[in-house]
Amino acid sequence: MDQWILTLLTFVPVIGAAVILCVPGEQKNTIRWLALLTTGICMVLAVWLFNAYDRANPAMQFVVQVPWIPSFNIEYHIGLDGLSVSMVLLTALITLLCIPASWSIEKGVKGYFALLLLLQTGMQGVFVSLDFFLFYVFWEIMLLPMYFLIGIWGGPRKEYAAIKFFLYTLAGSVLLLLAMLAMYFNTTDPATGENTFNMLVMMDQANHSEWLRAGTIFGRSAPLMLWMAMFIGFAIKVPLFPFHTWLPDAHVEAPTAISVILAGVLLKMGTYGILRFNYQMLPDASQYFSTLLAVIGVVNIVYGAFCALAQTDLKRLVAYSSISHMGYVILGMSAFTVHGINGAVFQMFNHGTITAMLFLLVGVIYDRAHHRYIVFPNDYHEPELRGQLGFGGLWTHMPIYGSLTMIAYFAALGLPGLSGFISEALCFLGAFPVHRTLTIIGTLGVLLGAGYMLWAFQRLFMGSFNERNKDLPEINSREIATIVPLAVVVIVLGIYPAPVLDLIAASLSDLSHTLSAHSGMAANAF
Amino acid sequence: MSDLLQAAIASNLESLQFAGPELALTISILVIVTVDLVYSGEKRALMTGLTLAGLLWAVWSIVGLYGTEPRSLFAGMMALDDFGLFFKLLMAGTTLVVVVFGIQSTDIDEKLAEFYAVLLTIVLGGFLMASSTNLLMMYLTLELVSLPSFILAGYQRHVQRSNEAALKYVVYGGVSSGVMLYGFSLIYGLTGTLDLFEVSSRIAAQGGLDLTLFLAATMSMAGFGYKVACVPFHFWCPDVYEGAPTPVTAFLSVAPKAVGFAMLARFFYVGLSSYDGTLGTSLAGQWPELLAIVSACTMTLGNLTAIWQNNLKRLLAYSSIAHAGYMMMGVVMLSSAGLQGVMFYAAVYLFMNLGAFFVVLLVADRTGSEDIKDFAGLGWRSPFIAAVMTFFLASLTGLPPTAGFAGKLYLFSAVVEGGLWWLAVVGVLNSAVSLYYYWRIARTMYLEDPAVAEPLGIPAIATVTLAVLFAGTVVFGIYFGPLSDLTAQSTTLYAPVQAAAQAMLR
Repeated sequence: MDQWILTLLTFVPVIGAAVILCVPGEQKNTIRWLALLTTGICMVLAVWLFNAYDRANPAMQFVVQVPWIPSFNIEYHIGLDGLSVSMVLLTALITLLCIPASWSIEKGVKGYFALLLLLQTGMQGVFVSLDFFLFYVFWEIMLLPMYFLIGIWGGPRKEYAAIKFFLYTLAGSVLLLLAMLAMYFNTTDPATGENTFNMLVMMDQANHSEWLRAGTIFGRSAPLMLWMAMFIGFAIKVPLFPFHTWLPDAHVEAPTAISVILAGVLLKMGTYGILRFNYQMLPDASQYFSTLLAVIGVVNIVYGAFCALAQTDLKRLVAYSSISHMGYVILGMSAFTVHGINGAVFQMFNHGTITAMLFLLVGVIYDRAHHRYIVFPNDYHEPELRGQLGFGGLWTHMPIYGSLTMIAYFAALGLPGLSGFISEALCFLGAFPVHRTLTIIGTLGVLLGAGYMLWAFQRLFMGSFNERNKDLPEINSREIATIVPLAVVVIVLGIYPAPVLDLIAASLSDLSHTLSAHSGMAANAF
Repeated sequence: MSDLLQAAIASNLESLQFAGPELALTISILVIVTVDLVYSGEKRALMTGLTLAGLLWAVWSIVGLYGTEPRSLFAGMMALDDFGLFFKLLMAGTTLVVVVFGIQSTDIDEKLAEFYAVLLTIVLGGFLMASSTNLLMMYLTLELVSLPSFILAGYQRHVQRSNEAALKYVVYGGVSSGVMLYGFSLIYGLTGTLDLFEVSSRIAAQGGLDLTLFLAATMSMAGFGYKVACVPFHFWCPDVYEGAPTPVTAFLSVAPKAVGFAMLARFFYVGLSSYDGTLGTSLAGQWPELLAIVSACTMTLGNLTAIWQNNLKRLLAYSSIAHAGYMMMGVVMLSSAGLQGVMFYAAVYLFMNLGAFFVVLLVADRTGSEDIKDFAGLGWRSPFIAAVMTFFLASLTGLPPTAGFAGKLYLFSAVVEGGLWWLAVVGVLNSAVSLYYYWRIARTMYLEDPAVAEPLGIPAIATVTLAVLFAGTVVFGIYFGPLSDLTAQSTTLYAPVQAAAQAMLR
């Protein structure tokens, strides 16, 4: 089982997709149940992994390494450490919940679920790959299903949003491709004496060529340029300012479940990539860019929060809150302290669960009211509604929905006792000793976060009940079933974060020590 | 004098045993022409069968020669090496697929024997192009490919745009091969020989002729550039591709381009550089830099112009210009890795580009136009064709896990290894741009509603053809080790110096 667990986790979805493609398109329920079964199997495997993972061991576990394309030294090389195991669990959980959240999709059901499962394969593959080439393949495989999932099943401006997402991400990943090739040609596997795509070998600087330490590209230091190329590739995915503009469009147009995956898992790949590639392969350059990272993180936090504050579309608000919350991750990791990096990864996990809840809740109200305006905008097609509240007083009408929303919003604004608080506090705690001023500015985000979340909550749920919404039914049991597991995770981790922190701690403190060991060198390295 | 003559005759006779592929084609062409004269019944099946048999014979013969000791043939006119054989194999493979297209196309219906005979003549010319090592021979074989190509482009006599295509092709072909010939004459004037190996050794011995030789190389580029359709010799390409019958367009976009690259690479690597089998430096000025600029301009122009096209054949024409730019990157690097990149890319390009053209052919034959609008809703009308087309488009864009990605991987790795960063950056950004127009097709197929709902009637043979091309695009994307080994082994260019050195070692 140890040998097969990661391969199964990665490829069971694609097998499920193949089975679904063989089912006639009219049998919609069969297809839905098959998708649920497939993701259910993945969840069981993930739980098994959660139990079997050795928390004391910081190194890669469940490693499989077999040759794939020997002439280019490409291997099928997968494994897990604390950083990836948390993301693998998150992926399995989020995808599982996305299937019931997609139950009401009626158009092209077969294609939808097949693509969704293919997407899951890509996501799992990214988190377990230990071969750069393999990583790149999985990284790119996700683009195609994502394009079609937004483009076919999305909202009114779906075509624009889908191609924008695709072009932005591809532009980033082609730079990653060049960085990958440069790393390949400048890393020598001590075991074979040849160039290699093996990420673990790339992470040991003793295997780097002289060029990778002191060479130049366009007259600039090669490691810094390569760091930048990879960083831009990952930053577009996170997305970091100024590469973030695809995100609100993609979120607004994507169907609910796809928004959930996008925010819950896909964004994490960017920060995962920075931690795995930039930090571990080019630690000196990472030290060099520490302040830049912190600045970008703070800009993301504050700028994202201000944008969220200005939104009238609830889904757009959640999208911008995502940008703000990913800023905490970057700020946390920018300091290279144990707390900061632990906080960053924990925040990645928490943001995944909390934002998934937020998007699911938006989906619930959108399915019923067919709009999601907190305040109708000034160009709304019904002139008499312009400038008026879209909802208001919903809590009396939909008490369960209101209560679940409250949990999610409180978690998002970082209320103590819920998981978001712990990770945000860790991020600030870790960043403060190194970037004092920036961290102080960053805490402004918490305040603004409380602002936009509570203000939105007030306008949606408080006040007098808007009679236009009297026909909206209460949240149904299927929808509750998708949200409650996330709420449980958020509450449990808020009180007792050890299950995730124990999982990630060993590997991350190793990472943090490696990075700190380079801090002295970085000053005079370039 | 008579001794010399006898030696030449002996050399030619001895060379014949290594010219199996060319002989196979020559005999097939003659048989087709003769049978067409004497037999007056229903010829469609017979002619197609003869053509396929001739091509398979050629392929069999190529495979038999693979791995033979590299040698010079026909008194130094041609060389036998795996490099040439690889491109011959590509050419023959492309033609096989195109013949299968032709059977299914409504464009190819009259004068079938002539069509096949002319097609095989181009293949013969292509075979010779891939292995010429003499400037005069290069010119002649280039013309042997060009002249029948004009005929094929104008094959539909009653279609005006087909005639227009042929005429444009002739005019551009005439001018560019004339310029090339002038370049060759400069080289002859400077070195006193037409033999490529002699050219390089005399340049190396003389030295100091950089500027004139650079000029000669630039002029020679006119002919090669015209054959591979790179900037600024690409103007014929969109018009000819649009006007020619679709199977011919598919053929022109792959086969002559591939052998054009073979000849271009041989000319520059053997004639104008000190390439030693792995790396080399230029002996004739900055032609690698020139080619790098040509490459960057070609891919950028091709991609940016393709964005605005609504006719799919025109769109694919500009896309094929862009792909010529990508392949040119490999030649620029003056390394065996670069050559391998070109060969690998040419091989995968065969599958993905023919696949895309075949889908266009199938749809155009049934809707009556090649406009992108006719693809609307194809994903819901004919899921198989649309899915396969999407895959071909992903491959042309260079997304993993398709063959196109593997091809780009080899090209870019050659560029990165050589450290030519600006070209690598231009290349990858172009890949991202190309997504936009390839994805317009995918968008039309899936995101727009069909005008009519019923599926396109696709015959079984078309499905099989598509499945074969699809399989190639998948397999070379996921498991490209064998193709990689084959191309790596085929990068040896025959050069007498090396052959002599190797003989001495033995």
